[in-house]
Amino acid sequence: MTLDTADLAAVRLTLELAAVVTLLLLAIGTPIAWWLARTRSRLRHAVGAVVALPLVLPPTVIGFYLLLLLGPNGPVGKLTEALGIGLLPFSFGGLVLASVCYSLPFVVQPLQNAFEAMGTRPLEVAATLRASPWDTFWSVAVPLARPGFLSGAVLGFAHTVGEFGVVLMIGGNIPDKTRVVSVQIYDHVEALEYAQAHWLAGGMLAFSFIVLLALYTLYPQAMKGRRS
Amino acid sequence: MTDGLRVRLRMDRGAFQLDVDLDLPRQGISALFGHSGSGKTTVLRAIAGLERAPGGVVALGGDVWQDDARGVFVPVHKRAIGYVFQEASLFPHLSVRANLEFGRRRVPVHERRFALEPVTALLGIAGLLERRPDGLSGGERQRVAIARALLASPRLLLMDEPLAALDLRRKQEILPYLERMHGELAIPIVYVSHAPDEVARLADHLVLLDAGKAVASGPLTETLARVDLPPSFADDAGVVLDTIVVGHEEDALSRLEFAGGTLLVGRRREAVGTHLRCRIHARDVSLALDCPQGTSIVNRLPAVVTAVAATDTPGHVLVQLRMGQSPLLARITERSRRELDIAPGLRLWVQIKGVALLS
Repeated sequence: MTLDTADLAAVRLTLELAAVVTLLLLAIGTPIAWWLARTRSRLRHAVGAVVALPLVLPPTVIGFYLLLLLGPNGPVGKLTEALGIGLLPFSFGGLVLASVCYSLPFVVQPLQNAFEAMGTRPLEVAATLRASPWDTFWSVAVPLARPGFLSGAVLGFAHTVGEFGVVLMIGGNIPDKTRVVSVQIYDHVEALEYAQAHWLAGGMLAFSFIVLLALYTLYPQAMKGRRS
Repeated sequence: MTDGLRVRLRMDRGAFQLDVDLDLPRQGISALFGHSGSGKTTVLRAIAGLERAPGGVVALGGDVWQDDARGVFVPVHKRAIGYVFQEASLFPHLSVRANLEFGRRRVPVHERRFALEPVTALLGIAGLLERRPDGLSGGERQRVAIARALLASPRLLLMDEPLAALDLRRKQEILPYLERMHGELAIPIVYVSHAPDEVARLADHLVLLDAGKAVASGPLTETLARVDLPPSFADDAGVVLDTIVVGHEEDALSRLEFAGGTLLVGRRREAVGTHLRCRIHARDVSLALDCPQGTSIVNRLPAVVTAVAATDTPGHVLVQLRMGQSPLLARITERSRRELDIAPGLRLWVQIKGVALLS
């Protein structure tokens, strides 16, 4: 016995979700990390703390508040309905939004560490060589922060694949729309289908281990910085 | 408005206050010399625009880079400068060639002043182009950094202690290249240093900074010979003479002529006619009322006293003299000054124990 069609659908949905979320996380996380690494504003501590909240909060808490925000009576829910998008909870879009919030620190922190580690000198050198700030960001900061981008992207992807609580709160358990691997495993275990659960759970275990092993091997510094 | 570099800066950062008003020449190397914490790097960074002193003025000829009274502040990347940092700071993700091209590519074609080849030849790095920065020695890295700054076609080159992070051998390796740049390029250079020998060897114009203030600014030879500087500079006091090799003696000595007499030094390899810069430390000069006889010191010259000043060292004074056109400083004890009755106007003889050749 191997994976059935429902399992495969869950795997496909999970990978799709993780890919979309990772791209969005890089797009959103990069400016936040850059700002946190460079600013002297007093707001930076507050912003840093907000970004880090998902690290300590139970996923159900985040899921609960997102549900209220996105629901028909929440401000975001009213907005999305007014825009004709409809309500986000229990849809793929809602899942994406929730995952972005939940995995944000896993992308922002490695990037912030990488931006801080390069210091201001390379940026000053680039400025004295006629590079505008925008030019400097792409030609110097991004290449120098490559380990941070790589570990941020991998951690964001892996963490999205691995989430459960937020997904269940916001996405529910709709086949092909919001039923991801972690939820599917839960269903299998509930139904005492341990063999099915093994295939998926073992796959997740192997996937996570390989990803982390690759990161620790390729970029030991980046991983050390992330934990400190 | 002057033709050269005008720098007027005021900064108040609590414990550190900067207040300078400088006019630096359009040609040659201007050295900003001072002890650590004197503000010399801050001045350089402000010229580049890396640091902003509110209310300041920075202008090179007619190019105004900062004039806060008129709301002008040109960002760093729009100033035609080259900047060499103390550490080479090459981009580690780029090859030597890509590092060199980084600034050059960003300068419009019609504003480019140098091609890659002559600059890499000038700095002796033509063979390193395909290497990675982490495979270079400290001296090579710094030469690449200097070439990279030059290739950005600067109208002003700013160098922040470019040799300070290098050991003596690497310094000796780079100094000749800096002298060649000085000779071959028509780019004014502002050179920050706390090493008296580097300044004596390279500078044409000297600015002495002390606790955020420019205590002296003028041509090197004249400024070094001043006795009215803060006592903290007097320990290193000494003059620089520009000389020409005029002959080689049979007993392994060479004869150097300067505006005020001739000096004998150990045999030099340089041909007759070569210009040599040498430095005479104030503590290597002694004074005598009559032409000294029966002394082993070969350099004995007539001079006239022009000033006497106190020093930081108890019991010692600094005597300023003139040998023909050239100034000289001597550090002697207060007791000798009293016993010989040394005062401005007195004609006497100087004995020079040591002459340091700087190139």
